[in-house]
Amino acid sequence: MSSIKQLKQDLNQRFKKEFVFNQICHSHILELETGELTSVLQYLKKYQSFDFLMCVTGVHYPEREKEFEVCYELFSVKKISRLRIKVFVKEEEVIPTAQFIYPTADWFEREIYDMYGLKFKDHPNMKRILTHHQFKGYPLRKDYPADLQQHLSESLEFSMDNEPDGKAPDFKDKDLIPLNIGPSHPATHGTLRIMALMDGEKIYRANVEIGYLHRCFEKMAEVHPYNQVIPYTDRLNYCSSPMNNVGYCKTVEELLDVEIPPKAQAMRIILCELSRIIDHIVCIGAAAFDLGALTGFFQAFTYREKVYTLFEKLCGARLTVSMTRVGGMANEPPKNWFKDILQFCKEMKGGIKDIDTLLTYNKIWMQRNQKVGVIDTEQAISWGYTGPCLRSTGLNLDLRKVEPYYGYESLDFEIPVGTTGDAYDRYLVRLEEMRQSVKIIEQVCKNVPAGDYTIRDKDIVLPEKKEVYGNIEGLMNHFMLVIHGLRPPKGECYSATEAANGELGFYLVSDGGPKPYRLKVRPPCFPIYQSFPHCIQGFLTSDAITLLGSMNIIAGELDR
Amino acid sequence: MEEKKISLSNDKFQNLESPFFTSRMDRIVAWSRRNSLWPMTYGTACCGIEIMSVLGPRYDLARFGAEVVRFSPRQSDLMIVAGTITEKMAPIISRVYEQMIEPKYVIAMGACASSGGFYRAYHVLQGVDKVIPVDVYVPGCPPTPEAVIDGVMAIQKMITENRPRPYKDQWKPGAYR
Repeated sequence: MSSIKQLKQDLNQRFKKEFVFNQICHSHILELETGELTSVLQYLKKYQSFDFLMCVTGVHYPEREKEFEVCYELFSVKKISRLRIKVFVKEEEVIPTAQFIYPTADWFEREIYDMYGLKFKDHPNMKRILTHHQFKGYPLRKDYPADLQQHLSESLEFSMDNEPDGKAPDFKDKDLIPLNIGPSHPATHGTLRIMALMDGEKIYRANVEIGYLHRCFEKMAEVHPYNQVIPYTDRLNYCSSPMNNVGYCKTVEELLDVEIPPKAQAMRIILCELSRIIDHIVCIGAAAFDLGALTGFFQAFTYREKVYTLFEKLCGARLTVSMTRVGGMANEPPKNWFKDILQFCKEMKGGIKDIDTLLTYNKIWMQRNQKVGVIDTEQAISWGYTGPCLRSTGLNLDLRKVEPYYGYESLDFEIPVGTTGDAYDRYLVRLEEMRQSVKIIEQVCKNVPAGDYTIRDKDIVLPEKKEVYGNIEGLMNHFMLVIHGLRPPKGECYSATEAANGELGFYLVSDGGPKPYRLKVRPPCFPIYQSFPHCIQGFLTSDAITLLGSMNIIAGELDR
Repeated sequence: MEEKKISLSNDKFQNLESPFFTSRMDRIVAWSRRNSLWPMTYGTACCGIEIMSVLGPRYDLARFGAEVVRFSPRQSDLMIVAGTITEKMAPIISRVYEQMIEPKYVIAMGACASSGGFYRAYHVLQGVDKVIPVDVYVPGCPPTPEAVIDGVMAIQKMITENRPRPYKDQWKPGAYR
């Protein structure tokens, strides 16, 4: 609190003006005019150590005079504090780009242009990013119907439009060969498209095209009730679905200002850490598979199947579990479930050791991974890296430690950090994180708190089935909640959790109705992947595959 | 000769004097096609992870004669569309399908590939059958590996019986959008 007061004083002194600070739902908001945005952002980054720009969001309010709102979510590693900056604009107004201060703003601003039609001044590449190039209209505006599809007749031509000056290098002059990889290339395991100009075997310049899996998550969230959004969140990062459920439910709970019972917290931690393990399994296994080590993939996948079995026991689904509800969990865990998990932990320790022996000192693995895609801490921060990719550069930032939730502060675990920030370090960090996750799960499983698995607020949680069929009050509550809907108070909230790939943030705006007014996801992959063309310059094509595997890009959360 | 008679338990071969047997040509072709499907997994989303399980150590699709996974359409005859196909992806998947060599089959794996699933949204193709002809639809979101194996076996049965495929024969690209 005092740091915000200090910040306000500093700002007022520096700009000789009274700034408006608001506080909504634990977060501090600074409202600005568009004219002063650049100078304030520059000042905040340089003198107030707000070195991360986590997310840029647009919100549409058709009934207001200034229809659009653009929010910048800042984060300071030094002070561990967050600040949201807001500017209000009309449709035809131009906003100065933040891209020269925070490079990570590049794609976020393009996304806002794509979704709302707001233009950013001096942005070098103001083009659609998620929807296709023949798309007309701006889908996240409130007047665009959610189910109005527009067909694409021909896919986008090979283009190199991401150069700073907007001009593609003339490849005919320089003897460069254009090479298109994807979007259905097996090594991209997903729907990524890379366009590269090759100088022999080396990549001279690269450009990426995303949006091939843009499933309109944010629009879907606006047309569904709060609890029905949970299955959609499953399909964001489908390698570790429960983490997205937890992140979303945590956001809604923060907006509702409720705390979930200890047992639900413990179950959420277990689900999160299990999914962290299986996410890293897919990442390492698939990366090994791409480099030709098929054994590594099969070996790792055996353990993933074991976790699937645990999920199946818990809720019946293997991959997309949707186990959390706003207010707690969906049901009581089955008998002996925690014992099964402890058994799995024992096996998993052996599994990690196997992967370790297969890969860590494997000569081919080392030669293919070391010194590939090196990035230093400063650059990583400016690109908005979080998670294992950031920690591999040596910065110890893990939200489980710095902004602990669900009792992570009382658990004994360590955060591995790398030194060089190359693909090999990312692998090592992931491997060690798996070990730490096993450690966390064991600690939680050994003393699971007693009590209920969900809160019992009749305006938030559906009553149990036996109540619904057994007495009139339960039936009424059930009816009211289904018809009336879960209605959080008016407000907004940004909540972040440490997902397998990094900070998974949800920015939720509620207008008091039964559906979210706006739900924006800050996917960890999105900023990481936009640095790809920059990181791969000068490397070989085969290194592109290594780098892609080590970044662990999941198309589902990249394109949403 | 005595030994051979014992090993051939089927009645048809009981009086087999020579190492030949007769059958219809189409049956022989169907038999070999059925047992050597080369699938191409067009994995785009969550179902792509589940198809890894199908091919992985526990479920192992190789047991059913669909072992050689090819990522090149020119080398495969079964396309498993695993995941959501968006409007942006639609021209690409139809191009990849055209590159496959006859006879070719398509499995739409999961709700999204079959009908768009719960993504009734502005950028999602409402079923991959809008752009390419589909033989088998596997329900689920994502389907369990057992369901996918069942889908592959349904294709195998179709091939064995030489079942007519009017939806494919009368297919006109772009007519069903």
